[in-house]
Amino acid sequence: MSQVFVLVPGAADAAPELLAAALALFPGSTPTALVAGHGPALDAAAQAAAATFKEVWAFGGAALAHPNAELLRPLLAKALPAGASVVLAHDTLGMDLGPGLSVKLGAAYLPDVVGVEAAGGASLTVLRQEFGGQAHARVACDASGGVVATARSGAFRPGEGQGPGTVLDRSGDAAGLQARRRFVELVQAEAGDVDITKEDVLVSVGRGIGDKENLPLAEELAEAMGAVISCSRPIVDAKWLDKARQVGTSGQTVKPKVYLALGISGSFQHLGGIKGGPFLVAVNKNPKAPIFQVADVGVVADLLELLPELTEAVKKAK
Amino acid sequence: MEILVCVKRVPDPAENEITVEGGDIGRDDLVYAVNEWDNYAVEEALQIVEREGGSVTVVTVGGAEADETLRREMAMGAEKGLLLSDPAFEGADGLGVARVLAAAVRKGAYDLVLTGAMADDGAAQVGGMLAALLDWPFASLVNRIEGTGPLRIGREIEGGAQEVSDIDLPCVLSIQTGINEPRYVGIRGIRKVASAEIPVLDAAALGADPGAPKVRRLAYFVPEAGPGAELLEGGTRDVAARLAGILKAKGGIK
Ligand SMILES: Cc1cc2nc3c(=O)[nH]c(=O)nc-3n(C[C@H](O)[C@H](O)[C@H](O)COP(=O)(O)OP(=O)(O)OC[C@H]3O[C@@H](n4cnc5c(N)ncnc54)[C@H](O)[C@@H]3O)c2cc1C
Ligand SMILES: Nc1ncnc2c1ncn2[C@@H]1O[C@H](COP(=O)(O)O)[C@@H](O)[C@H]1O
Repeated sequence: MSQVFVLVPGAADAAPELLAAALALFPGSTPTALVAGHGPALDAAAQAAAATFKEVWAFGGAALAHPNAELLRPLLAKALPAGASVVLAHDTLGMDLGPGLSVKLGAAYLPDVVGVEAAGGASLTVLRQEFGGQAHARVACDASGGVVATARSGAFRPGEGQGPGTVLDRSGDAAGLQARRRFVELVQAEAGDVDITKEDVLVSVGRGIGDKENLPLAEELAEAMGAVISCSRPIVDAKWLDKARQVGTSGQTVKPKVYLALGISGSFQHLGGIKGGPFLVAVNKNPKAPIFQVADVGVVADLLELLPELTEAVKKAK
Repeated sequence: MEILVCVKRVPDPAENEITVEGGDIGRDDLVYAVNEWDNYAVEEALQIVEREGGSVTVVTVGGAEADETLRREMAMGAEKGLLLSDPAFEGADGLGVARVLAAAVRKGAYDLVLTGAMADDGAAQVGGMLAALLDWPFASLVNRIEGTGPLRIGREIEGGAQEVSDIDLPCVLSIQTGINEPRYVGIRGIRKVASAEIPVLDAAALGADPGAPKVRRLAYFVPEAGPGAELLEGGTRDVAARLAGILKAKGGIK
């Protein structure tokens, strides 16, 4: 079987989950963790990964202080043995690195894997989701020349670790790295006029609201409830609401007690921003919308009809 | 700047509820549109050319029906369209599509290639593969482009933070939604490009071979449903009243 590697990002909290994904994809393997960085941050990352993995390859050097994909891709293409398989998180680094890495390694690419159906042979069958989670698919690949796979966060339950492991300094492979994409700075997202991360009750609006002119329907409901308005990404893209109100992996992570999802389909990028297991209510006109799988209570309805009635009912219930 | 934008024809998420039957999605009444991300990529290319000069070409790998996809983007203002079409391209995996696109890139003289960050199957792969095949630098999830080369770009990462970098040309960038506000395309715009000539290039003309797919979708399936939500049914007023009661009981009304 091909040698299996797992890229462990700087914050190693994800390490146990990534190991679980690697073991599901490559049963019986002993994956090697890959960490890259510079100075004390690299040492810390390597030690953290060694708590979970039997072996850790640490790539260090000043050029890797901000280890972007344009640095890691040529580095890994050079350092990994022929036929290697690599498991990454399906996050913004994984999306940046994975596709090109698979080309450079001559490996099959399996993005955003949520489950494994058949593994261990020359063919590997995994489970994926398409159409924003509206359709599930079985996907098979030829694993004989190695596989690069990205694992969805939350899809693989961490099991027992294989650590404590040893750290191998592989910095020699990182010598002379030249990136054609050079890190300049990290700009934090702007804070808005509200902090939705501190709110107990959120009324969250999605593309199903249809038009900016319909937003007041949700705002009136929120006011009646004493709640704050948040939203999904398309509402921010359309500039109807501030970025500070966006819930999701590329927005805010919220921890409310009650979350009311209005016309939100339930993509994993949106759900990834809802933590703490709130009481989740979904209103959606499509009974098959994925959001109903995770909601506690649902209403299949047109928002434009339900919202005015619900606002009235809330006022009465007070 | 000569810019090539890769676009894909996909089922319109706003017009379809996707159903799964017999291993496939229900295809009978599907309404198609341009992949949401690709409209942002075309808009960004148009804005760069308005600023710096040059021209925008839109390209797709698909069947004859993808012609309308190209025309819609040409109605936005893209000067040229290219349809890459051949029975040999059907069933290509992401790498196969990237190989065909790479052949088209090599036939031109482009400074910049843009893709969408992701399309209907949620793979987010073609841009990065294309860059690797061309051996051009790549950045994904780009939400800001400035300068003339090297470009100053921003990538949107976790939490909405932005990783700012300089990237050498030629390069491939995958575009994230929200980078701009794609212009509106009206019926008149579509009519204006109705008779524009769109070259169709097949495998021979491109010298392209998508190769045997390494990755294959076996089937769509309906997962065993979990308990799911308790659905409130009945008349609107009645449902509203019950929902208000539930919200109150759960501390949702202050
Ligand atoms: C890297 C990356 C990061 C991302 N980060 C985020 C993020 O942080 N947050 C986020 O939200 N998304 C994020 N996305 C986008 C995500 O993939 C989805 O596209 C997005 O969440 C969809 O938003 P939505 O549910 O509002 O819209 P849609 O998926 O279009 O859903 C709209 C829903 O409204 C329903 N509807 C339509 N009309 C009505 C009506 N009249 N009444 C009732 N219901 C109706 C429809 O049935 C549908 O279910 C990200 C994507 C990428 C690639
Ligand atoms: N058939 C295709 N023709 C042209 N471009 C495509 C095609 N498929 C994908 N792309 C491009 O690759 C991007 C990402 O798609 P994907 O990798 O399939 O998620 C899309 O937004 C398009 O820009």
